[in-house]
Amino acid sequence: MSGKFPRGRTAISGAATFGVGETPGYTALEMAAKAGLLAVADAGLQIGDVDGLFVCLPEDFFSGLSLAEYFGLSPRFTDNNRTGGSSFMSHMITAALALEAGYIDTALIAYGSNQRSSGGKLVTSIKSNAWDLPYRPMFPVSSYALAAARHMHEFGTTRGDMAAVAVAARAWANTNPEAFARGPLTIDDCLSSRMISSPISVRDCCLVTDGAAAIVMTRMDRARDLRHAPVPVLGAAAATWWNAVAQADNVTITAAAESGPRAYAAAGVAPADIDVVQVYDAFTISTILFLEDLGFCPKGEGGRFVSDGGIAPGGSLPVNTNGGGLSYCHPGMNGLFSIIESVRQIRGTAANQIPDVYHTLSHGNGGTLSSQATVILGHISTL
Amino acid sequence: MTITPPSSGGPEAYWRAQLAAGHFMLQRAKLSGRIFFPPRIAEPGTGDDDLEWIDACGLGTIYSLTIVNQKPPTPSYNVVLIDLDEDARLMSRIDHVDIEKLHVGMRVQAQIIEEHGSALLVFVPIGPSA
Repeated sequence: MSGKFPRGRTAISGAATFGVGETPGYTALEMAAKAGLLAVADAGLQIGDVDGLFVCLPEDFFSGLSLAEYFGLSPRFTDNNRTGGSSFMSHMITAALALEAGYIDTALIAYGSNQRSSGGKLVTSIKSNAWDLPYRPMFPVSSYALAAARHMHEFGTTRGDMAAVAVAARAWANTNPEAFARGPLTIDDCLSSRMISSPISVRDCCLVTDGAAAIVMTRMDRARDLRHAPVPVLGAAAATWWNAVAQADNVTITAAAESGPRAYAAAGVAPADIDVVQVYDAFTISTILFLEDLGFCPKGEGGRFVSDGGIAPGGSLPVNTNGGGLSYCHPGMNGLFSIIESVRQIRGTAANQIPDVYHTLSHGNGGTLSSQATVILGHISTL
Repeated sequence: MTITPPSSGGPEAYWRAQLAAGHFMLQRAKLSGRIFFPPRIAEPGTGDDDLEWIDACGLGTIYSLTIVNQKPPTPSYNVVLIDLDEDARLMSRIDHVDIEKLHVGMRVQAQIIEEHGSALLVFVPIGPSA
């Protein structure tokens, strides 16, 4: 049988962030290394215990090798999967399979970026393909704009609905001391912000910040002996249907509609079982698309689902409870930060702690709605 | 028209050479009849490499669009996704149009222009909405 995932056989044993917001004077590699050491310490392990290293830095295509060298490690396995902000969910899949198989014992997944302090613009080595490039789409925002415009056309989604996503994210960030963007933000602030690539305006776009994050994964039997209660990895799946949006059959449906159900099946849960949701909100339309594709509302209903505070504190579904890429932090790739927020929610240590969290979903997106990867974590009692 | 197969190079080079000669071409898989873009060495999904080149009819419909906002006096410009009548999709731009009149569902026609020294496929409005 294909598509099997070792449900609950591995766990996140350590998790840490470093330098969220602004961390002037640090290189991306230094930040990733610092987060990695903090995550290893959080697990109660030593850096020398790491024998599987999973890294994706924005500008260093060999970053797995660079970080191994930096740590003085010679890992059994090094992974440089670079599917953008979904890389880290894919790293977790590979790590889970390698741990379960006994190929490695301790996986460290790390990320770091100084892109706010080093220039303040999104750092990416990716650009439009040769077919799209002559038409000068802004990369990546115009691709998301094309998805948003079609979603509006087909389903009546409005800029106000998209603004509600940004306002909800800010409301969560306002009570998270680690969040970079705090302060009042209204629907009108969003609607009146400068248009970039219609219908996406400045307030529909995620932040550009510094930040680093890392997690440690081990087999469950070992995780039980470490410092914290293990956070079992119940299910995970990655999917890709296109790279450029011009190649999407239907640009309003992403491959999250495949990665989600596969992750749910692996975990043995349904959307209704998920207590807290973290989705990659590079742009406000992303949250709407992913909530639909991951089964939290029907296709086309995402705009109405998020409006009127539906995903804000006190709403029907807690989404991006740290403030997300829109208000917490966005150092180029967000995947690992949404995994760490899920870990904190399950451990009971989140800034905006939701009561009785048993299942969390973290969803990563890479490229221009291109790579989709979903991870479902559980409380130890779900095993 | 008669099309001479390229003596060397891949389908992308052939497509670009034809565009430069004034022809907007598409590939069709002979067995399935499926027409696709951009050009490939085999049909996506099947790997079937028994392909033929056809002339695109040049007609299409705007599937989605965005206006990339520029600081005045630089003019803003449009980027569109076009559904070709042959049931393939591509990214392009609508020329000779009032940006305010652009809308999803608008019927458009292909035009080959020269831009920055290369042939470029763009579209212009057709019909009453033009």
